[in-house]
Amino acid sequence: MAFRNPLMRNPVWQRQWQAFRSNKRGYWALWIFVMLFVLSLGAELIANEKPLLVSYDNELYAPVFNTYPETTFGGFFESETNYRDPVVKDLINDKGWMVWPPIRYSYNTINYDLTVPAPAPPSAENWLGTDDQGRDVLAGLIYGFRISVLFGLMLTILSSIVGIIVGAVQGYYGGWLDLSGQRFLEIWSSMPTLYLIIIISSFVVPSFWTLLVILLLFSWMALVDLVRAEFLRCRNMDYVRAAHAMGVRTPIIMFRHMLPNAMVATLTFLPFILNSAVVTLTSLDFIGFGMPPDAPSLGRLVGQGKANLHAPWLGISVFATLTLMLTLLVFIGEAIRDAFDTRKFLQ
Amino acid sequence: MSLLRIEGLSIRFADQLAVDDMSLELHPGRMLALVGESGSGKSLTALSVMDLLPENASWQADSLQLDDTDLQTLNTEQKRKLRGGRIGMIFQEPLTALNPLHTVEKQISESLFVHQGMSKKRARERCLSLLEQVELPATPDMLDRYPHQLSGGQRQRVMIAMALANEPQILIADEPTTALDVTVQETILDLIKRLQKELNLSILLISHDLGVVSRFAEDIVVMHNGKRVEAGPTDTVLNFPQEDYTRHLIHAEPQGRLEPLPDDTPLLLEARGMAVTFKGKRRALFSPPPLLHAVDQIDLTLRRGETLGIVGESGSGKSTLALALLRLIQSDGDIEMDGTDIRALSRSGLRQWRSRFQVVFQDPYGSLNPRMTVGQIVAEGLAVHAPTLSAVEREEQVCRILEEVGLPTDVRHRYPHEFSGGQRQRIAIARSLIMEPQLLVLDEPTSALDRSVQHQILELLKSLQARRGLSYLFISHDLKVIRAICHRVLVMKDGKTVEHGDTQAVFDNPQQPYTHKLMAAAFAHSRKQTVAL
Repeated sequence: MAFRNPLMRNPVWQRQWQAFRSNKRGYWALWIFVMLFVLSLGAELIANEKPLLVSYDNELYAPVFNTYPETTFGGFFESETNYRDPVVKDLINDKGWMVWPPIRYSYNTINYDLTVPAPAPPSAENWLGTDDQGRDVLAGLIYGFRISVLFGLMLTILSSIVGIIVGAVQGYYGGWLDLSGQRFLEIWSSMPTLYLIIIISSFVVPSFWTLLVILLLFSWMALVDLVRAEFLRCRNMDYVRAAHAMGVRTPIIMFRHMLPNAMVATLTFLPFILNSAVVTLTSLDFIGFGMPPDAPSLGRLVGQGKANLHAPWLGISVFATLTLMLTLLVFIGEAIRDAFDTRKFLQ
Repeated sequence: MSLLRIEGLSIRFADQLAVDDMSLELHPGRMLALVGESGSGKSLTALSVMDLLPENASWQADSLQLDDTDLQTLNTEQKRKLRGGRIGMIFQEPLTALNPLHTVEKQISESLFVHQGMSKKRARERCLSLLEQVELPATPDMLDRYPHQLSGGQRQRVMIAMALANEPQILIADEPTTALDVTVQETILDLIKRLQKELNLSILLISHDLGVVSRFAEDIVVMHNGKRVEAGPTDTVLNFPQEDYTRHLIHAEPQGRLEPLPDDTPLLLEARGMAVTFKGKRRALFSPPPLLHAVDQIDLTLRRGETLGIVGESGSGKSTLALALLRLIQSDGDIEMDGTDIRALSRSGLRQWRSRFQVVFQDPYGSLNPRMTVGQIVAEGLAVHAPTLSAVEREEQVCRILEEVGLPTDVRHRYPHEFSGGQRQRIAIARSLIMEPQLLVLDEPTSALDRSVQHQILELLKSLQARRGLSYLFISHDLKVIRAICHRVLVMKDGKTVEHGDTQAVFDNPQQPYTHKLMAAAFAHSRKQTVAL
């Protein structure tokens, strides 16, 4: 797998990429995680209550991407077609065919045809069973995984950007700015985050974006100390001094000569920050202060598992998903950390 | 009859041969110097005696004989007894070789416990007598000190005391004075020599410095690229070298002097009353912090095409002075360059002026950004001072400068880690030259380099000066280098000027006792050699 981008032409990065690859566990964890993530991005094509493709009267329809009223297929209602309705199914199958995704449920599709009371155990129809409202667990896991990772990634990237900027400014300028910044950090990080979030979400309706902003308020501090330490160290490096002596502007020096050093520490920490972001979202959902009730969520599935101990498939499947995701991230993180370990590979 | 005898020793790392068919003989009561440049395998040779080679090294020898013991037949336990017992070792860097959490007593007595199983009380007595031997105050107070409370020279003395603790027959000294100031170097070497005579020690002295060797060692072995080049009594080898490489080493000692420039040469830089003060640690919460004067009222002038040497031991404030002159740190005093008061310039004005004074740092590894290609590094200044140049023009300039400093032009696509120390220093010089400066501040530019590479860099600097009329501010602790390249010299101590004048005058006839002491330490051991040459 040869990566031909400008980054990889740099021998330092090349060596680190080689080192990363030589850690088989982390390398495979990365591929599995990327594959799972890419697959979950196409969740609508894997688990959906609408067919992927409908042929009716020699015309093709793609219900996943467009909405068609039932009248299109000779039904009675002007509203969107319910393809799971047996009447509609018959109408379409008379004059054409349907291609279904492997899982015929979306995260919020309720299976009204259950032969047992919900939560239903795993069956040919619902591979991992249903929750106590008759929704398919596997579909919920796929959509929940996607929203967890997306949320985690956004939070990680945003808090890294804020953290790097704050740490860089503190470390570079030092002195009073640094001191007051450090004191502010200490006060800010001793706030009881969870209670604040609970209080805030009592007067702001939590959504994906409001939750992101609220969590960002407290998560940007993770990288500040690392980046600050790197910048403190680097500002006395001879090549930084030489750049100053050449009259290079300060922001350019920070970006070109100092940031790459800080990036090592940052990249090493990213998987772990992502991990904690995912866990935070899950636990908020679990206690009921997270995503709005109609959003797919791993945390709420955990909650369902707790509420329905007689239906072990709920708890076990969501537990396995979370474990897999978090373990993969930890493996990736460890491999990155080892790859960047200069004592091992930059001799 | 030799005490230690190595024959046909070769050491190899994975794919390369580090030491090849090396042999040496150490006689009882004599000092043998193992001389070579860095990477010549001299330390590895010594470490093989102690069986302390790195784990990824494999070695074999025809014979490795200590007195009547064949070292190759010893098991691990016997070898352990040998180390610190019959063979003592002194390392180069006394700061890292001492455990910072142990007191002097603990450092020294550790090997007494291990090898002789002494009681605590007897070990303490032995420690005191050892301190006396290495000319440290033999007081209980000294025994209770930690390494950070000792000066570099004192640490090295503690190291020697540790090596002597079990009355070894052989002392291996691996560059024992390289990390020390010249005046301290001198006293440590005198001590080692005295101990050799008093205790009838055999000493294997590893050094890159022919000056030291010629004065102290009775025998000499010259190494190059892992091979033995020449061996014999010191006088014979130095006075009648048989091999080209030995001659090359002897001639690599900086030589020659420069005549002072004519009096009517125009001034380039004039600095008056330069002072840099740092705030120390407050003693109490509201007491004013004590002021530390790193540079204290220094005046200097520099003419066009002139080299001013700034000499001093570590901590004398010479690098701080350079940073202040470059306006990289806060300072007091007036700096006038080419008739312009640099201190009065605005930020943007100063940035424009910066192209006229450039700097080359000591550490060729730390001064180049490892993540940029040589081309990017050299061109960086152009982006600031000639932003209108096209990419092609910039590339042309980079190539021209690289050629001027004696590097092939295709190096611009490579990264710093692929180059040796001397080449890196050339790259650093190229980076400064591309700005067409009038003044180059050279902060110990050759201290991290081997003598022969040093020689090449000095020649390069001289030719650049002749061609471009550059003025240099040359900072160094190495008086031989200063004498070879500087027109005038300024001697610093504790931030103050001690002596200031033409190089010839200062070197031939130092006025101040401190300068005198420096000269004595730097040139004492080469006097014999100068006679020989």
